[in-house]
Amino acid sequence: MELLDNLALGFSTATSLANLGFCLIGVLLGTLIGVLPGIGATATIAMLLPITFQIGDPVSSLIMLAGIYYGAQYGGSTTAILINMPGESSSAVTAIDGYQMAKNGRAGAALAIAAIGSFFAGTVSTFLVAIFAPPLTAIALQFGAAEYFSLMIVGLVSSVALAHGSIVKALAMVVLGLLLGIVGTDIYTGTPRFTLGIREYADGLNFVAVAVGVFGVAEILRNLENEHERAVMIRRVSGLMPTREDFRRMAAPIVRGTIIGSALGILPGGGAILAAFASYTVEKRISKNPGEFGKGAVEGVAGPESANNAGAQTSFIPMLTLGIPANPVMALMIGAMIIQGIVPGPNVATEQPALFWGIIASMWIGNLMLIILNLPLIGLWVKLLTIPYYVLFPIIMAFCSIGVYSVNTNIYDLYAVAFFGLLGYLLTKLRCEPAPLLLGFVLGPLLEENLRRAMILARGDPTTFVTRPISAGLLFIALAVLVIVFLPAVKKKREEVFVEEN
Amino acid sequence: MKPFTIDTTNGICAALFIFLGGFFALQSLGLEIGTAFRMGPGYFPLVLAIVLILLGAIILVEAVRFESEPIGHVAWRGMLFILPAPIFFGLTVRGLGFLPSIFLTALIASFASGRMRPLTALVLSAGLTLFAFLVFSYALGLPFRRFGPWLPSWPAL
Repeated sequence: MELLDNLALGFSTATSLANLGFCLIGVLLGTLIGVLPGIGATATIAMLLPITFQIGDPVSSLIMLAGIYYGAQYGGSTTAILINMPGESSSAVTAIDGYQMAKNGRAGAALAIAAIGSFFAGTVSTFLVAIFAPPLTAIALQFGAAEYFSLMIVGLVSSVALAHGSIVKALAMVVLGLLLGIVGTDIYTGTPRFTLGIREYADGLNFVAVAVGVFGVAEILRNLENEHERAVMIRRVSGLMPTREDFRRMAAPIVRGTIIGSALGILPGGGAILAAFASYTVEKRISKNPGEFGKGAVEGVAGPESANNAGAQTSFIPMLTLGIPANPVMALMIGAMIIQGIVPGPNVATEQPALFWGIIASMWIGNLMLIILNLPLIGLWVKLLTIPYYVLFPIIMAFCSIGVYSVNTNIYDLYAVAFFGLLGYLLTKLRCEPAPLLLGFVLGPLLEENLRRAMILARGDPTTFVTRPISAGLLFIALAVLVIVFLPAVKKKREEVFVEEN
Repeated sequence: MKPFTIDTTNGICAALFIFLGGFFALQSLGLEIGTAFRMGPGYFPLVLAIVLILLGAIILVEAVRFESEPIGHVAWRGMLFILPAPIFFGLTVRGLGFLPSIFLTALIASFASGRMRPLTALVLSAGLTLFAFLVFSYALGLPFRRFGPWLPSWPAL
């Protein structure tokens, strides 16, 4: 069995003592920052990203990053359940019933249900990644420049469709991201572009600086708008073990959530966010007592949390096989790979099997560590919630500064952090989602390169994108998605979904 | 006829996108454009910049026709102290050295919140500097000079 051989290789890579250690540190750090209220998984990863570059080995570094991701997600749900302050829209759904459970004195059970659901979903979807990644890689290897271009268009268009608020604004954010992404030296002619004559920007804007600015700093500024006391009413969490009744009620929602999440997570453009919401809607619809939802229904925690985690996992599939990020977190992963000297895409699986399968295996190990470690440590995370915010800002800013500077020891990267912090905050205030911008930023150079290469190969004939069948199919999908989101009925429904989510 | 009004949020948003699009368009015109067959360095960015200006124009039209959510409270104090922190670190990390620079960076960022008291800020920054020394400088061994040439020569640390 090739699958088993591959998984064995993966597990032997991921279970080396050093890699287990890095996975553990990643999970702990991710939870530590992710638990801080108002700071979502993306911001957490952006802030911790530079630390992973201190590890010389790309495999360990990416394993740690994946650990940070799971930790951050778990930390986010903890905050959502305990103080009803979700850092990200995906845990916003958990907050609805999780917080009500906590208010009824069942915080421990809610946290345990979230952890068990996440672990089950994580286990299933790790296998899904292992099963589906290789055949997709084989298809992707046949892709030429035109197909890549069209595929990236699909990814960008879907990220627009799944962004909050105005579609036009999301499109503008993608385009702005693409433009920012191609700042730096032109690869064909060596001409510096948009660097304002600053030599330090010749290699392009530092990806970490942009991510930390747009997600980290902007998020801190948003939190500084209204400083009010956080009411941490749950000082002690007891009764972690769910009752027999809880187990009976959570089993089916967890399975359904896993299926929904796995399917939506593969979609380029951030399906994991929708997955939690879709699962909640499904559970509410098929429940015998829909009135319980919103008042502490076990199903309302178990389903969305599993969907969320399954989606987070399967969103690795397009990233690992095609080099196309499905959401901002995957964009961060791709950025990290590029900095480590790995070209993301179908070649990763064949050229670096240990890296490829090591990451897949570490997903499962990361999930296992979360459930073993975090439930006993819950008291510590609750204490963290009581740290006042004004103490956290200076710490985060200092670490972000050190982290960004340590990537290239380029002081201009620090100026970029301030600039993109301002730009990111301004755009958030103007109701523009930052996620499409980051996707555009990562894909900008790739999109341009493949466009130019495709046009040279086709001798300047733009019909190459529609005469090649795969490319034409992908462009058709992109067009269909755009048409659908602009349809009045869908547009209205889409707005409702996001309003309800907030 | 109803008086001419423009929505603030979308109006500023449109202006920002049009301005940024204009910046990239102007800069692209200074580069070699090339042909669709062999695109020069300016071709793709010019197309994108024009699209960005057009999208900005659509938002502008929406701003005139519809009202949207207000901008809301702006964190002026936060911006005043948070944004200069990384800039200050960049300006001084080589001259003052890593440790004094990170101490002052944390101190600046501390005042972003109205609730921070000066003594707490000092203690917090000092603790952070110690932590940064132990973790980043000592344990991880980042190659930053601990004290820079702007300071009188100190005993070797």
